[in-house]
Amino acid sequence: MGGSLMFGQKSVKKSPLQKLRDMNWIVVLVLVAIALTGTAMLYSVAGGNMDPWASRHITRFVAMFLLMVFIAMIDIRWWMRFAYPLYFIGIGMLLWVEFAGVTGMGGTRWLDLGVIRLQPSELIKVAVILAIARYFHSLTLFETKKLTSLIIPLMIVALPAVLVVRQPDLGTAILLSAGGIGVLFLAGARAWLFVVGFILSIASIPVAWNFMQNYQKERVLTFLNPERDPLGAGYQILQSKIALGSGGTWGKGFMEGTQSQLNFLPEMKTDFIFTVLAEEFGMVGGLGILTLFMIVIGYGVVVSLTCRSQFGRLLAAGLSLVVFLYVFINIAMVMGLLPVVGVPLPLVSYGGSAMMTVMIAYGLIFSVAIHRHINISRKDSFG
Amino acid sequence: METEGDRFRLYTRRALLLGGGQLALATVLAGRMYYLAVIESSQYTMLAEDNRVSMRILSPTRGEILDRAGRQLATNRKDYRVFLIPEQAGDMEQTLQHLQLVYPLTTSNIDRIKRQVARQRAFLPVTVAENLTWEEFAKINVDIPHLPGIKPDAGETRFYPHGQAVSHVVGYVGPVTGGDRSADNDPALALPGFKVGRGGLEKTFDNALRGQAGDAREEVNAYGRVIRELARQDGTEGDEVVLTLDLELQKFVHERLGEHSAAVVVMDVENGDVIAMHSTPNYDSNDFNLGFSRQEWDSLRMDNRHPLVNKATSGQYPPGSTFKMAVAMAALKAGVINANERIECTGKHEFGDRIFHCWKEDGHGKVNLVDAIAHSCDVYFYDIANRVGINKINEMASELGLGTSYDIGLPGQMAGLLPTPAWKREQYGTGWRAGETLIVGIGQGAVLTTPLQLAVMTARLANGKTAIEPRLVHSVGGVVLDAPSKIEMNLNDRHLAYVRRGMEKVHEPGGTAYGSRLRGRGRSMAGKTGTSQVRAITQQQRDEGLENRGIEPWEERDHAVFVGFAPADNPRYAISVLVEHGGGGSSVAAPIGKDIMNKVLDLDPSATPTLSRKPSSSTNEQEA
Repeated sequence: MGGSLMFGQKSVKKSPLQKLRDMNWIVVLVLVAIALTGTAMLYSVAGGNMDPWASRHITRFVAMFLLMVFIAMIDIRWWMRFAYPLYFIGIGMLLWVEFAGVTGMGGTRWLDLGVIRLQPSELIKVAVILAIARYFHSLTLFETKKLTSLIIPLMIVALPAVLVVRQPDLGTAILLSAGGIGVLFLAGARAWLFVVGFILSIASIPVAWNFMQNYQKERVLTFLNPERDPLGAGYQILQSKIALGSGGTWGKGFMEGTQSQLNFLPEMKTDFIFTVLAEEFGMVGGLGILTLFMIVIGYGVVVSLTCRSQFGRLLAAGLSLVVFLYVFINIAMVMGLLPVVGVPLPLVSYGGSAMMTVMIAYGLIFSVAIHRHINISRKDSFG
Repeated sequence: METEGDRFRLYTRRALLLGGGQLALATVLAGRMYYLAVIESSQYTMLAEDNRVSMRILSPTRGEILDRAGRQLATNRKDYRVFLIPEQAGDMEQTLQHLQLVYPLTTSNIDRIKRQVARQRAFLPVTVAENLTWEEFAKINVDIPHLPGIKPDAGETRFYPHGQAVSHVVGYVGPVTGGDRSADNDPALALPGFKVGRGGLEKTFDNALRGQAGDAREEVNAYGRVIRELARQDGTEGDEVVLTLDLELQKFVHERLGEHSAAVVVMDVENGDVIAMHSTPNYDSNDFNLGFSRQEWDSLRMDNRHPLVNKATSGQYPPGSTFKMAVAMAALKAGVINANERIECTGKHEFGDRIFHCWKEDGHGKVNLVDAIAHSCDVYFYDIANRVGINKINEMASELGLGTSYDIGLPGQMAGLLPTPAWKREQYGTGWRAGETLIVGIGQGAVLTTPLQLAVMTARLANGKTAIEPRLVHSVGGVVLDAPSKIEMNLNDRHLAYVRRGMEKVHEPGGTAYGSRLRGRGRSMAGKTGTSQVRAITQQQRDEGLENRGIEPWEERDHAVFVGFAPADNPRYAISVLVEHGGGGSSVAAPIGKDIMNKVLDLDPSATPTLSRKPSSSTNEQEA
């Protein structure tokens, strides 16, 4: 069959070396480039110092890189088999945070594991995609289109979303929900459902408003009218726009950004790192990093289109959607297109959890790519 | 396999749709990036510059005020101070409370701060404390992280090294008010802790002394900390104001007047330079700079000895017998009396239905003009005043410099009063009575003079030729002020000689100020005492005898007056002394006059030329 020719030999066991060779090293290089850009920006934010952020950023990246390669080596069927257990471990960790989490930056999000402090709300994003992909993999197209089939995946999304909102972490909840619903769409749920869902969610905004924390309401109001409180909540977004705008086409030069070097920008090392980049390297720099991200995100979509198993497709496309949502929400936020919801720019922003999520996601995407020829039956992971 | 194919096709469709959507959203981001960084870039670049660059106004150094020899009367010294910027304080109450832990503030101070905060805009700094010691200042600086809105600052403050000796002339500076800011757009006025002249020469020459504010463009970070200076335009220092005063003499006068409520003016009879001008009690100019408590201010304002008033220029007193020289000159000029003509004094002078008394109850006997001045015979002057008439007396008094104010740069100067029939009609609606001329003839009644005018009168009598005018400010910013006009007087030398001789005899045996003559070293002084009544002496008091005078309440006692010039034969300096409610001119004012004149002759300030600094460029020319 043409299909066989296109997808090559089936069920030939690859050696780890072969698997390594099959990894797309161009995409790996792009990931490294993004992380190095982040390191450079953290160096700049620290006023020309590797400490305290840049050095830890690069160290973490090296560790996460090894984790990514390790994950990529593992057979896709293995991942499918452990999709649900991993999901429940994630939920367990979220519950743990609920009762024994470390509070910081206005929310209880961290889990202290002694060696590292984990943010389970980050890891759960991967786990949700895994679980939903696993679920839809076992359904026929006919079953997929039944309304009742949507109950379980919606619950898979809703459970962690509710827990995360309670932390409170609106940004992660939105990302999580959008990612999960994106997979539903990819899996083949009826299109009109999304139209109706979209209308319903617009209609439910007033209800959601009542459940929002004051600081969240404040952010939304400020987003709608940044001049409302230029010295308070609107300050961040105004300063960010000033930095982006004053950077111009080519930027002010590395370590020459006045808005960042003189501390007019808020949260520079985390949420507003893109602004620092765009101020110092201008529109060219900003579009450059956006292009790099679109390359790795596009790669995930391409991988999903060339994968034989539904699980692999949904996993690769779902995870790249999550990465895209990170990138889009973060950049739109610092440009004043979205309210400030506290989503970092992965691999660039300082902070281990988002980096871990993205590197795990790419580990899985590479795993899908390496194992794309494997047919997996609907019932058994190792069909 | 068929359903698997369908599923794959559906998946591909959806994946491409979703991927396309992502690409579209990424394009939106790129478009936004282009909009911000290219289309709107210039606007944001400007805002970024606004953020980064802070304009700081540099306070100009206030010009110094120097005495004739260049000694500092008003200068500047380092001032460690602390401001509060309400806008940055957040909870001001808490900031002040915390400040209290390192630097105690009085309740009145806190009240003042709160009042000021309520009055002005929140971004304008309010002075919390000034003139801190280095330790206090350092302590506050260490605690700065806990004191939001508190800004320590090392600036300059006005300092008067001889605060009390020259206070009325030099004046004082005070804080800028909202009124100043609206009347004047000098950017320096917005500076925290900036002071403007509020009294004396500080007020008159404020614009020259103030200088020109500079500015510095500084790069600041988000917390307002200065990172580096980008550009700097230094301000120009204020002009130096050099006075004709002699600080040494001024200090001596201050000491000598002691507890008296008095005024003294010493002038150069050749050029009109005011060598000393002092009024007591007074204040320390530094106190205005440091700020008064309400009580201190009230006690200054309510004091019946008027420490805030410069009595030398603003105090008006009947000149008493010191007016007699003017009357004598008028009578001689009018020819109504011959200098040698003797007039009989029996102690009283009957005029119409009234009796005018001489101070000497049993009379002076027959006296001529010289003796009448030497013994200050009232009856003689009743008589000649009546003969010459009020108008001619006033004419002469004006010629001698009375009844007018002088442009010496001091605010609040009074013109005194030379009463005329026209004035009487306007003021009281009644006609001038001949008896009033007699009273004016001995310097009592409605005639009023200031100590400065009396000094001018004495100087003109001593000079004899030029109608010299007083000069207090010698130069401003190196530019010597125009000498006052030198109008020739129309005085007869012979007449002057008689009057001067009379004044000389005042200090000779039998004269009213024999005790206050200058002794030894070939010194001599010609003078005239005066005792100006604050209340008319009643017949009852006269019956009881006048020896009890001097024990009535202070406010009702006579003013003691003395005028004189020295050396008597070759006059160089003129002096006037007025002691409010001091009692007798010969017993109180003349001894002060003697001591001061001795000091003047010791110092002889006119012997050395007044300091005049030329602009530096011309200094080289002089050397060449």
